[in-house]
Amino acid sequence: METTAFQKIHTKVDHITKATCSLHADGVGYEEMATVNGRLAQVVKIQGDLVTLQIFSGTEGIPTNAEVVFLGHAPKLSVSDELSGRFFNAYGQPIDGGPEVDGNAVEIGGPSVNPVRRKQPSELIATGIAGIDLNNTLVTGQKIPFFADPDQPYNQVMAMVALRAKADKIILGGMGLTNDDYLFFKNIFENAGALDRIISFVNTTEDPPVERLLVPDMALSAAEYFASEKNQNVLVLLTDMTLYADALSIVSNRMDQIPSKDSMPGSLYSDLARLYEKAVQFPSGGSITIIAVTTLSGGDITHAIPDNTGYITEGQLFVRRDTDIGKVIIDPFRSLSRLKQLVIGKKTREDHPQVMNAAIRLYADAANAKTKLENGFDLTDYDERTMKFAKEYSEKLLAIDINIEIDAMLNTAWELLNNYFSVAEIGIKSELVEKYGKNKTQISQINTN
Amino acid sequence: MSTKGKVAGIIANLVIVEVDGPVSQNEICYIKMSDVKLMAEVIRIGGKNAYVQVFESTRGLKPGTEVEFTGHMLEATLGPGILSKNFDGLQHDLNKMEGIFLKKGDYTPALEDDKLWEFKPIAKKGDIVVPGSWLGEVEENWIPHKIMVPFKFEGTFTIKSITEQGEYKINDTIAVLIDSDNNEIPVSMVQKWPVKIPIKAYKEKPRPFVLMETGIRVIDSLNPIVEGGTGFIPGPFGTGKTVLQHALSKQADADMIIVAACGERANEVVEIFAEFPEIDDPRTGRKLMERTTIIANTSNMPVAAREASVYTAMTLAEYYRSMGLKVLLLADSTSRWAQALREMSNRMEELPGPDAFPMDLPAIISNFYARAGFVYLNNGKTGAVTFIGTVSPAGGNLKEPVSESTKKAARCFYALSQDRADSKRYPAIDAVDSYSKYIEYPEFQEFIKENISPDWIDNIMLAKNILIRGHEAYEQINILGDDGVPIDYHQIFWKSEVIDFVILQQDAFDKIDASTSIKRQQYMMNKVLDVYKANLKFETFEEVNPYFKRMINVFKQMNYSEFESEKFNKFEKELQEIINERVMIDD
Ligand SMILES: Nc1ncnc2c1ncn2[C@@H]1O[C@H](COP(=O)(O)OP(=O)(O)O)[C@@H](O)[C@H]1O
Ligand SMILES: [Mg+2]
Repeated sequence: METTAFQKIHTKVDHITKATCSLHADGVGYEEMATVNGRLAQVVKIQGDLVTLQIFSGTEGIPTNAEVVFLGHAPKLSVSDELSGRFFNAYGQPIDGGPEVDGNAVEIGGPSVNPVRRKQPSELIATGIAGIDLNNTLVTGQKIPFFADPDQPYNQVMAMVALRAKADKIILGGMGLTNDDYLFFKNIFENAGALDRIISFVNTTEDPPVERLLVPDMALSAAEYFASEKNQNVLVLLTDMTLYADALSIVSNRMDQIPSKDSMPGSLYSDLARLYEKAVQFPSGGSITIIAVTTLSGGDITHAIPDNTGYITEGQLFVRRDTDIGKVIIDPFRSLSRLKQLVIGKKTREDHPQVMNAAIRLYADAANAKTKLENGFDLTDYDERTMKFAKEYSEKLLAIDINIEIDAMLNTAWELLNNYFSVAEIGIKSELVEKYGKNKTQISQINTN
Repeated sequence: MSTKGKVAGIIANLVIVEVDGPVSQNEICYIKMSDVKLMAEVIRIGGKNAYVQVFESTRGLKPGTEVEFTGHMLEATLGPGILSKNFDGLQHDLNKMEGIFLKKGDYTPALEDDKLWEFKPIAKKGDIVVPGSWLGEVEENWIPHKIMVPFKFEGTFTIKSITEQGEYKINDTIAVLIDSDNNEIPVSMVQKWPVKIPIKAYKEKPRPFVLMETGIRVIDSLNPIVEGGTGFIPGPFGTGKTVLQHALSKQADADMIIVAACGERANEVVEIFAEFPEIDDPRTGRKLMERTTIIANTSNMPVAAREASVYTAMTLAEYYRSMGLKVLLLADSTSRWAQALREMSNRMEELPGPDAFPMDLPAIISNFYARAGFVYLNNGKTGAVTFIGTVSPAGGNLKEPVSESTKKAARCFYALSQDRADSKRYPAIDAVDSYSKYIEYPEFQEFIKENISPDWIDNIMLAKNILIRGHEAYEQINILGDDGVPIDYHQIFWKSEVIDFVILQQDAFDKIDASTSIKRQQYMMNKVLDVYKANLKFETFEEVNPYFKRMINVFKQMNYSEFESEKFNKFEKELQEIINERVMIDD
């Protein structure tokens, strides 16, 4: 982003706020990039010839005679196969000591896919984690976040899912990543021998927060290149979107916009949807799947950030610690994969939907029994059975350290159902019980003994 | 001469235009960037400045860019060819756009200018006609699409000539009318109408009273909606708003379905694109897509067009209503439309109302819902626009402006409950909190008595009452413990669970269970009420739960079986045996 000879240099800045500066200039385009004393900035408002620039790294020390140069284009990223294996900052500049990427410079945050040109997602992503594959099955082209309190190992789970997902490319968009987590991702990708299919855009806690606003668009523009032009299956990891939203609120606040719920900008829904909707299954076979992280505060999903996210994404994976078994689980109540019905019972065994629902319903009964117990009441025989079932279910299926095939998950589920409940209590369609249920597993148990 | 202007300011998609002549509120203009024209709508005027909302991204737009005003508001194009189309929020045909990605300013026409339609005259020379009068018809899929006197005309006209049956293009003149001043006015098969103004080419709009069957038990059997009625579905994310709307769009007894995908996920419209051309419409045996039109302004499409999208959809619905058809309009989600209004209002620095929404939000919402309705047309025929919108309350809390305003405007309330969704009790409509105001209408009660059954309404009341009592019993059991309450409490709780599992819960993804005919609904309702009325005997409370679990399981097998099939009858017999085990014969 060097200045070229014909670019005019302005040297009179009129107003300076914490995040923006304004100056008089002609012929400037909306959302155009500029440099202010070398710092990158973007046009956010034009009134007559008064142009307001948002300076990504903040305005500290910017003088009224700062040198302002307009670059004539919106933020860009050079895309080519050379992106593979590289680490970049929020501006798409290499931070791994390697050379600049040689490629076609595309504007980030580009146009949307025409909905009639999308293909319906239909490829299952197997992760080996039953809390995901059995209860909240993922599909290529899906967008889904982990909802987790900051003390949960969400980045570890996400990295594990990414590496098992058989994607052609994994693109990491790190926002406000701690240096430790940044190194964690670097190591785990390196150890998995996967570095050549990984691309990272990273803003760490050491970088200015407003810079984060560029990270998802950078990651998604790279993803669009590989998915749309190279027909690859691309997995984009965005962590932590709560910090991204916080940066949005900083900006809108400094621009004196009226905040809505939880001091978030009124446009939060549109701002997040614009990014998440980049997830797509292209007709040519390429796809973009987005797995994100939205950290919660004390498990509160009614806060504007998780709330708006939930309205946009195709489900959410709620990570929490189950104190009964002392392990981290994917909570079956608050988690959801909205695309699961496209694959379960179709790409997986036909009993999958009903087995999944029956087990969760009984798990819910166990929660009621637990409340009863806590309130000091006697438990019925049924209550006792549900609670025993729940504990085993949590250990053998919900815990995130499970790594098995989906058929094995279904068999385990049947085994637990059979051990603790009668056919009527399980309440599954009779054909399926006959084919996979009670007698079936008993017979197979006899056979294997 | 049309008014021109120049861009003087840009704040996201709000653009300030300095104009050289008269402009009107809501007038459409085009901003002429070097390579494309961007469509925009005037939303405020102050002195020489028109504030316009641009239906596109304004990236790269520069001050000084020329703007051309059109002299008219945002209009829908009305004529044969609307059915089965996929439009964007401004009625541009999405299928005609080239390439995978949407291009700025790619405004494709809504209809086909050169397609031939077989026109059959209905009116004849010398007839006196008014706006909305039927001149003739063409067959559009299976719908007799009426060609009408344009709604924009005013007064009465005499038909000077009308063309003979034959093939015509939409812009061909099919009739010539004479107005009171003897002017000759040619009429074609296509007309335009400003979307923000209701089409009122009907004689009368009485209170609606005809049941609209949806096949969804918790609606038809407990909170029925009517043809020309209004309803809304609020619920936190993931509780089943969209699945419910899709079920309605597949099953509802309507001639035409308009789905307005308003600021929600693109994949949800893709689901319709993928499925509807394959699924049969049980009423006609043709494909569902043949009775469906989609207006897609998904969440990644321009925000300003979101508001327009619901108005475009409503205008198309009113157009087809004027043909004497029953139209069902679904909008998912009206909250996104309200949010689009909020974004604009904030950019214009208007004084905000609650939660930063515009002050006039309640009025905007109620005016919109008021456009639905059952009508008698001028020729005595009837038509209806039924409108059901979803609401996405922030944080799942219904005490927010969009939910509250909508509650005042809509007559049916289908509240989705997080608890029910969490325990997979789908559809997660809370049958007790939800209501249908129509069951209080005497004309509706009359209709039900005559056309369905005399005890339908009483059964609704009884079933709701059992659900309430079951819930109360459950709370008592929770407070006092299983053995701290009389056994009857367990029984009433489980009898309410029978209604819950058998009537309320319905598997939207099961071929048979997904849609239930009214006849079958009646049959099953009587069955569960029989169970309720039966005096069942239990020695201890421990017997109650396993007994009813068994019963519910058999009931569910019935729901999964073809009505009155051998399998169904077998399960029914089994059910009867279970009831007989414990029923006490009164003496
Ligand atoms: N009637 C139903 N039967 C079975 N599953 C349902 C039903 N309604 C909703 N679901 C489940 O809940 C998920 C979310 O539903 P959806 O309608 O998309 O929610 P919302 O629009 O309220 O956010 C669906 O993907 C599906 O898994
Ligand atoms: Mg929805």
